[in-house]
Amino acid sequence: MELTREEESALKGEHGEIMQMAYRILVATGEATDADKLIPIEWAHLSGVNYNTIGDAGEEFLSNISKIARVSVKTTLNPMGFDIDNVKNYGLDENFISKQLSIKNSYETMGVIPSFSCIPYEIFEIPKDGTQVAFAESNAAIHANSFDSLKTNKESAFSALASAIVGKSPYSSLRKDDSPNITINMKVKNPNELTYGMLGFFAGKIGDTSVNISGLAEMDKRQCKAMCGGMGTSGTCAKFIFDEGDSDCEKIDFDEKEMKNVHDELNTAEKGDVITLGSPQLGLDEISDLTSMLKGRSFKKRCMVFLPRTVKEQAKKIGYTTELERAGCEILSDCCTCLTPLINKENVDAVTTNSIKGAFYLKNSNGVDVNLKSLSEIIQDETR
Amino acid sequence: MKVLVAGKAQGTVLKSTNPINFLGTVDKKTGIISDNNHDLYGESIKDVILVFPSGVGSSVGAYTIYSIKSNNSAPLAMICQKADLTVATGCALANIPLVTISNEEFESIKTGMKLSLDTDSNLIQYQ
Repeated sequence: MELTREEESALKGEHGEIMQMAYRILVATGEATDADKLIPIEWAHLSGVNYNTIGDAGEEFLSNISKIARVSVKTTLNPMGFDIDNVKNYGLDENFISKQLSIKNSYETMGVIPSFSCIPYEIFEIPKDGTQVAFAESNAAIHANSFDSLKTNKESAFSALASAIVGKSPYSSLRKDDSPNITINMKVKNPNELTYGMLGFFAGKIGDTSVNISGLAEMDKRQCKAMCGGMGTSGTCAKFIFDEGDSDCEKIDFDEKEMKNVHDELNTAEKGDVITLGSPQLGLDEISDLTSMLKGRSFKKRCMVFLPRTVKEQAKKIGYTTELERAGCEILSDCCTCLTPLINKENVDAVTTNSIKGAFYLKNSNGVDVNLKSLSEIIQDETR
Repeated sequence: MKVLVAGKAQGTVLKSTNPINFLGTVDKKTGIISDNNHDLYGESIKDVILVFPSGVGSSVGAYTIYSIKSNNSAPLAMICQKADLTVATGCALANIPLVTISNEEFESIKTGMKLSLDTDSNLIQYQ
């Protein structure tokens, strides 16, 4: 990768230790993706916020660099481990709380907007078509490339942080034009959001940097998000292209059989003790839909609803939160189903969810079994 | 061979034919793989030359690589077929040598082999 004279000197350490570290990461990223240069970005979205996932090593690293490091472009942030308003209700240990607050503090010190959301594309204004961004949250990167006409690679936590500090990212793979070598033909009839999540999970496993998808009808927001969440979990792919693909493109069907394979891999329980909704977090439309689906009904068991703080505030004004709480929902912002320390093996055997991403990480990271169902099945089976 | 993170290492190969999702499936403290659908389920990646096709999954996996290094449970080096950003940047920050190799070379490496890797001289030697 070619560096300008100024970039070279930063890599050598002439602009300080932080810039040197950031450039070292960007160079490794550039080499990994065959970039020829660095280009400016306008927005970075960081992952690596939850103490559950980054641990002591991550907390110390952020605490150290925040003494000097500052972000140079608009930078937003993934969910953390708890909702700061009601953390006391969940019996988390003091160590977790103080380490999580330290992480929060380090990011704020560096100038990051404390959005604590995995759906930046729903809660911030989308820049003009073709804008280069650096999104580390996998579902958000896929959403940005596939639905928002933005350009990002599927960044890592460190490459997005380095990009936020430097304001640049390697010009490679999905930042340029990309032609997928595989086309998935959607053959499942009457798909719901869970079907799209499974399609995404399947596509992520077989795709490279991007995949063609054919045979899809119009999707709603929830279905798009589910597909992005599923794909981000299973693979390195970071873009759906809605096209048939040319003749030398390999063609694969996503049919009932393939869907059953994904379901069998992720569904490990017949029923859950707790229901969780939101991974990615729910947006205002989904909260509105959920509220109307729950009119006059209540959950028979605990139901945790994860949404961004800005969405919670809007939902509160409209009156949705009162209605959801009446139906027995616990509303949580700043955190997400995925990897939440609020759900653990000691207290919960199995979780019912419609999220493929949530299912994968709850099972693999938290050791909790998962009962996968679509939202309409959840409402039908779990409310009265 | 393409060098993503420079360095030298000598050790025994642990090879996977499955990609690795570092976040959630590799224990941050012990380096043990906890995904029971994975061919390295229950194995520790500590102090081995870890050979696998590529990293997959969440971007926070880079922190897992940094953590296993801080907890002395990291591989001595990683050798992949394909580079992905999670592994590249995790190794860059943790200073774990990382190279990518051709499909033929990848096929020829097996678990239990002794390898020495030296990115300065662009060499992988089988002992």
